[in-house]
Amino acid sequence: MKVRYFAWMKRTVGVAEEEVTPPAEVTTVGELVAWLRHRSPGHAEALADGAAFGAAVDKRTATFGAKLAGAQEVAFFPPFTGG
Amino acid sequence: MTVRVQEADFDVGVELEQLTAGNKRIGGLAVFVGLVREVHVREGYHRDRVDAMTLEHYPGMTEQALVEIEAEAHRRWPLEATLMVHRYGRLEAGDRIVLVAVGSPHREAAFEACEFLVDWLKTKAPFWKLEETPAGEKWVGAHAGDDRSAARWDKK
Repeated sequence: MKVRYFAWMKRTVGVAEEEVTPPAEVTTVGELVAWLRHRSPGHAEALADGAAFGAAVDKRTATFGAKLAGAQEVAFFPPFTGG
Repeated sequence: MTVRVQEADFDVGVELEQLTAGNKRIGGLAVFVGLVREVHVREGYHRDRVDAMTLEHYPGMTEQALVEIEAEAHRRWPLEATLMVHRYGRLEAGDRIVLVAVGSPHREAAFEACEFLVDWLKTKAPFWKLEETPAGEKWVGAHAGDDRSAARWDKK
């Protein structure tokens, strides 16, 4: 699946997007976050426990409990500041 | 119902003309235009002058979020016409960022729905502001006040 990062998370992780293949036991957004943290110190910092960020699965806002089954694209981003 | 996310500026007069063209059931049009403020006052003592900002968004998700917010406004109020235009890219102080226009037979619905659309747009559409200040670049943090404004419209 493709994982995308926005705003400051993109800078902290170091890439805007990446292709990843998590193991079968990673079934939710929250489990994906925990798994991604091990990829690099930047990932660990951006996706740290307690960091304020949200997620989307296939471009729809998703909770950390949301299932990943069949997801093509998962995105992580800070709170929105448009308008 | 129209939603646009674009880099280019917009002409408010032309947009309103197009929005109401041919619809004589509209009795009131409420309009909000958001601009880049020159001075951004942070919480607490510290102040920064903002000369420009870059608005990042999530292509595809942004449009979808705006369409859903717009549809929710149509479910809640009797509206004849709605328009949301949001810019992205680099914007300087004084530039227009966002246009929200709502046409309804009566003004109450137009005013309320316009406020609703702006409140939800700020908290539910994926945009992020990177400000340029004399001290360097700074990502804008979410404001608790915006969350409170958006929460006013939560269904009990």
